[in-house]
Amino acid sequence: MTPQLAIFFVLAMLAVLGAASLIFQKHPIHSALSLIVVMVALAGLYLLMGAEFVAAVQIIVYGGAIMVLFVFVIMLLNAGAEEHTNASKLAGIAGIPLAVALLGFLAVVVARSSEGAQVSVQSGALANTKEISTMLFKEFVYPFELTSFLILVAILGAIVLAQREKS
Amino acid sequence: MVPTNYYLILSAILFGLGVTAFVFKRNVITIFMSIELMLNAVNLAFVAFSQARHQSDGQVFVLFVIVVAAAEAAVGLGIIILTARNRQSLNVERVDLLKL
Amino acid sequence: MNAFLVANATIIIDLIKIALLLFIVLTVNAYLTWFERKVVAHMQSRWGPHRVGPHGLLQPLADGAKFLLKEDPTPAGVDKVTYFLAPLMTLALALTSLAIIPFGPDPLPWTIWGHEVYLGIANLNIGILALFAITALSVYGVALAGWSSNSKYPLLGGLRSSAQMVSYELALTMSVVGVLLMAGSFNLRDIIGAQAHHPELGILGWNVWPQILGFFCFFVAAVAETNRVPFDLPEAESELVAGFHTEYASFKFAMFFIAEYTSMITVSCLCTIMFFGGWLSPFPASWTFTHYLPSVILIPFGLWVIWDGIRYETIFGRLVLPGVGTAITAIGAALIVFPALNEFIQGPFWLLSKILVFLFVYVWMRGTLPRFRYDQLMSFGWKLLLPVSIVNVVFTAFVILVRGVK
Repeated sequence: MTPQLAIFFVLAMLAVLGAASLIFQKHPIHSALSLIVVMVALAGLYLLMGAEFVAAVQIIVYGGAIMVLFVFVIMLLNAGAEEHTNASKLAGIAGIPLAVALLGFLAVVVARSSEGAQVSVQSGALANTKEISTMLFKEFVYPFELTSFLILVAILGAIVLAQREKS
Repeated sequence: MVPTNYYLILSAILFGLGVTAFVFKRNVITIFMSIELMLNAVNLAFVAFSQARHQSDGQVFVLFVIVVAAAEAAVGLGIIILTARNRQSLNVERVDLLKL
Repeated sequence: MNAFLVANATIIIDLIKIALLLFIVLTVNAYLTWFERKVVAHMQSRWGPHRVGPHGLLQPLADGAKFLLKEDPTPAGVDKVTYFLAPLMTLALALTSLAIIPFGPDPLPWTIWGHEVYLGIANLNIGILALFAITALSVYGVALAGWSSNSKYPLLGGLRSSAQMVSYELALTMSVVGVLLMAGSFNLRDIIGAQAHHPELGILGWNVWPQILGFFCFFVAAVAETNRVPFDLPEAESELVAGFHTEYASFKFAMFFIAEYTSMITVSCLCTIMFFGGWLSPFPASWTFTHYLPSVILIPFGLWVIWDGIRYETIFGRLVLPGVGTAITAIGAALIVFPALNEFIQGPFWLLSKILVFLFVYVWMRGTLPRFRYDQLMSFGWKLLLPVSIVNVVFTAFVILVRGVK
């Protein structure tokens, strides 16, 4: 068991436990905290793979901005713990095995594919910031400009949606 | 060295858990968070493939996915705030009619 | 046993470095509170702590004992998990950010188990970006602390403080981009190395002169990030009782307190590393006589402490202070006697002096400036600081494009 494999299992276990906690927690704030744990664990996995820039961006943008937005909205709307509904129990009893079957199917398909069977060669940092930014501004410049436009539209949309109606 | 398979299996597991949360939870914000979980699982697959093939395309795609997720979160949470104000509840089972 | 040590030498050395750094940082934190109280007091024409130990030097010990022994009540109706998690998270993140900072250029003059030991725990290629990641996560500590306290004033303080931290985070990251463009790397050692290209310039080669705008943006945004005066509205006593940490008592409040002072230290380290040359001497490299400056400062200071201690009022002071003074004089003399040690200590000496200057500026602002109103704070961050830092980036990029990258 090499150190990398051990670290991988620790981080993977953390991510899966965080995702399971997202499902089983009653209060949305606890679900949000579990999702933050998942994101930090994934950032650790990116670091393990050598993708340092993506790991930092994941924590800064996803964990530090998007999830802060979620937490603010939960606090603003004063979301409480989930109440009991009279949904059918049969759906739960039949549904969970089906969900497990779905992800088991996915996992088996992935494990059997010959593509991923090669052991990846670790060669230091995967792609440093310079390579990523060169590619971003040369080959992907058109999607890059489109996403900046998309963000502008999203900001305008959020402002329009959240303002109070003029009575 | 960790085989790429392991990362892909983990990505599949996280995606499956995201789908499960999407289907089973009743709070609309938690459902939204499960969408983010699914996007994260996909990001992991992207980076895993980028490492396997030694190209940085995958990581650039991850940046785009993160940006699109941010834009979607902003607009989606705006819609959620409006809906919660109108219907006084965050339970998706109460949002099943076009009428209030 | 010996074979086990040698085989895992790097991990064990890192663990020892981490333990040492934690111990040193917590002690510096404690004496930073003493320093702040003394300096603010002298600015207000009063003495500050001077009863507990000679010159009040044992006051932090008394404060620490108070924090440990005071009752730690948990208010009713709090969300237990988040209430306990918030101060832990804040403290953990504040202490983690110190792992990235390099404290000296050269490794120790002797190798341990065959490995060179550098001063600094992690030498990340994405050094400064990792620091921003930690800053981004520390918003949660404040927001969750305010929300979980189940009370009006903490909630208001927590929401205000997190909105403030998120707004100034943008200006913080943009103001650093100019420095990164000039250095060409995120690694903190490379950033200092880029300022050492012309050793003959000394103080004129530092990043602060070409990046003066970036420096001011960074310093102001960093003060806002650490919730210090003049941006400390979220914890203002006159407006919000104590803001987001109202409902926190002894030890958990101590955790917030330590986290705040640790982030002050981190910000001071970053300012010196990125803008003021880090461990570079302000004198040109050819003036090798300036290498005796640490001894020239330490020996007279030690002698003054001895002289002051002999005439001190309490018996305890008359015993302890001369001992401390002798130790300081001995260190200064040792630096003259061992030139290898003197050369090694140059880098950390300059780094620590500059960090002390920045900490003094932090405390000086605390004693002098009034605080911002909340709307003034937000409009300052978005309407002034962010555009100025973006202009700095554009201008720096333009200049580099025209002159070519050095």
